[in-house]
Amino acid sequence: MSVFVRLQREAFDAANEIAALTRSRTDIGAVVTFTGICRADENGEPIAALNLEHYPEMAEAEIGRHIEAARQRWPLLGVTVIHRYGRIAPGEGIVLVVTASSRREAAFAAAEFLMDYLKTRAPFWKQVEKPGGKTGDKIWVDAKASDDTATERWEPASTKREAAN
Amino acid sequence: MKVRYFAWVRERVGKTEEDIDPPAGVATIGDLVAWLTGQGEGYAYAFENPNIVRSAIDKHHVRPDARIAGANEIAFFPPMTGG
Repeated sequence: MSVFVRLQREAFDAANEIAALTRSRTDIGAVVTFTGICRADENGEPIAALNLEHYPEMAEAEIGRHIEAARQRWPLLGVTVIHRYGRIAPGEGIVLVVTASSRREAAFAAAEFLMDYLKTRAPFWKQVEKPGGKTGDKIWVDAKASDDTATERWEPASTKREAAN
Repeated sequence: MKVRYFAWVRERVGKTEEDIDPPAGVATIGDLVAWLTGQGEGYAYAFENPNIVRSAIDKHHVRPDARIAGANEIAFFPPMTGG
């Protein structure tokens, strides 16, 4: 399986990443991509940008572990995960997940699985920059309980909340 | 051992990382949080609700009962909001 994980400040291009993952291969029958995009509002309030802080070494390790978990669960042929950090303006991509398989079911499911884990387990933190640009106007985004619920549906009942280890 | 702080935990503590040498009785992450809380106002503020702050040992998520013996790097941070 081809695996690409990149944490980067720069923008990404989903079409390029699909091409890189599928180039010269004829066994891939399905590619699913998810792109998370910075909105111009957070909780109904306008924002100027998001600033993402991360824990680089752990983010890479954690994403790798979830890709491995996905690979054990579904017959995947390729996975690309790109997560940006730093300042991201509305309209720009924040995160990209590309999953490839011979058939669509695995590609869809693995993409959703990876995104649910990325949101709740990958060490990234979003800070909202309010319009106007004063330093004091930066606010950390609160974690959403709905994201935890989305992640828990992948875990057997007996291991809920233990899966982090 | 090295301790790293991220996001608002980092802001409240006032540092990104430090080397610490906790006393012998500090055996778990929970013990370490309790000990750090007594190290100054910033720490007390960062850990005012210890159930919120998440922790990692050597780049793995851990729970408060995780033992810290042998850890190279411990990290404290808020619930994650990436993706």
